[in-house]
Amino acid sequence: MTSAQMDDLIVIENLDFAHSYGAHQVYKGLSLRIPRGKITAIMGPSGIGKTTLLRLMGGQLKPQRGTIEFAGHNIPELSRSHLYEQRKRMSMLFQSGALFTDMSVYDNIAFPLREHSKLSEEIIETIVLMKLEAVGLRGARHLMPAELSGGMARRAALARAIALDPELIMYDEPFAGQDPISMGVIVKLIKSLNNSLGLTSVVVTHDVAEVLTIADKVVIIADKKVVAEGSPEELKNSDDPLIHQFLSGEADGPVPFHYRAPSLAEEILGAQQGESHAG
Amino acid sequence: MLDRIAGLGKAVLDSIAGAGQAMVMLLRALIGKPQLRKSWPLLMQQMYSVGVLSLIIIVVSGLFIGMVLGLQGYTILVDFGAEQSLGPMVALSLLRELGPVVTALLFAGRAGSALTAEIGLMKATEQLSSLEMMAVDPLRRVISPRFWAGFYSMPLLALIFSAVGIYGGYLVGVRWLGVDDGAFWSVMQANVEWGQDILNGIIKSLVFAFVVTWIALHKGYHCVPTSVGISRATTSTVVTASLAVLGLDFVLTALMFG
Ligand SMILES: Nc1ncnc2c1ncn2[C@@H]1O[C@H](COP(=O)(O)OP(=O)(O)OP(=O)(O)O)[C@@H](O)[C@H]1O
Ligand SMILES: [Mg+2]
Repeated sequence: MTSAQMDDLIVIENLDFAHSYGAHQVYKGLSLRIPRGKITAIMGPSGIGKTTLLRLMGGQLKPQRGTIEFAGHNIPELSRSHLYEQRKRMSMLFQSGALFTDMSVYDNIAFPLREHSKLSEEIIETIVLMKLEAVGLRGARHLMPAELSGGMARRAALARAIALDPELIMYDEPFAGQDPISMGVIVKLIKSLNNSLGLTSVVVTHDVAEVLTIADKVVIIADKKVVAEGSPEELKNSDDPLIHQFLSGEADGPVPFHYRAPSLAEEILGAQQGESHAG
Repeated sequence: MLDRIAGLGKAVLDSIAGAGQAMVMLLRALIGKPQLRKSWPLLMQQMYSVGVLSLIIIVVSGLFIGMVLGLQGYTILVDFGAEQSLGPMVALSLLRELGPVVTALLFAGRAGSALTAEIGLMKATEQLSSLEMMAVDPLRRVISPRFWAGFYSMPLLALIFSAVGIYGGYLVGVRWLGVDDGAFWSVMQANVEWGQDILNGIIKSLVFAFVVTWIALHKGYHCVPTSVGISRATTSTVVTASLAVLGLDFVLTALMFG
């Protein structure tokens, strides 16, 4: 193994993926490296398959082709029990939060600790309160998930995702639905978790400005593969029109804003022609 | 025409695939070493929501069905001067047939639909995915305790149903219509056999419990995770489970009493 490989926690090579046979291909020949101990931001148009990519890394979906190596283990080929072993080292913040609705906020965050550690209830309580304090929800510990706002639920889910101090955290849209203050807090939290614990973070987000301030590496996905990657500075200084379009958020440019479809004019004219034939 | 045949073929293939999925789900949920310390509280919690919460509907239905049996039985038997046989008639109908069958049908409507909807919603809100990502197997954590809770509680509910039903028959037959109290119980005791009647009823009930709970869990776990998908799955649980119970009841009755 060369030193460059040692420094990558996740190495994806030549990945092909479609949700089901014959369905729209999400990835074709995607290759990607996630450096260990760094924050990697993954950006791309909505619906391009960012959530799908995180699920592939977590072994919830199986690619049709290609390898996904997590710390040297090829995730798609692991047996169930080995996959579960590896999953104890990672954690995922789901786009929807996915708190367990039959447990209080406190129990949600204590859940992974109770499942996977042999800590006593007193120590678990200390950890849970610390994690809740970090996301500003210590006062909400007795609430049920149904009593939280969308942004609060997401922060509670974030506290749960970091409860076990995993090696890898995958954040799916951590900033969505946050007011500017909690957004700032979460940005700082992701950064400080990364610095103090040395964990590897993958952040999927549309909030370009926020993530560029903390990311070590930025990956832009479009057209079934990685179209640009590099440090935030490299991307900001790039004169590639695609990168420019993405970072400044323009609808017209090399990245299509629309879900694949015939052009609007064609579709409207086509419909009218159909009607005139019928009439 | 060809389309219809193709459609039929697809439906058959889909249902075979569905049965396969259901089989794999159950096997994976049930095999493996049990972790008593963790699964006991989960089982108790589910026994409560699946079993205890179904008690009211079971008791009320049992009472009414027993009363109807008492009334109908009496009017038929009295024409032959055989109203002394009301006791065994009520008891045998309940223990052999109505107890297990009606309990299973009510259970499918009350607990089965709730199980499907609950699990479907857990799937739609990514709670199952998030368990998986935490390296907790949702089959062991969510499916298995619910399965055992259904499997253990339905036979108990069926016995309660039959007991309450016999009491209902007694209320109508003896207290209201004036069948002899002693004859009602003694003829019943003389004619109800432990092995032939009670045990066979319990076996039926165990089979129904297995099938209904399994169908409910499978429909929830493999539903399309949207509101339409969940509502379809819930309906499908009640319909499929009810038909399965009635069909199996015929087969079992033929084997046991035929
Ligand atoms: N279960 C599924 N079955 C079939 N297709 C799916 C499924 N889930 C997602 N897709 C398709 O896969 C593509 C990628 O979806 P994904 O959720 O990964 O997008 P995303 O990049 O996370 O979008 P967003 O930024 O809006 O969250 C979409 O085109 C979607 O239509
Ligand atoms: Mg997404």
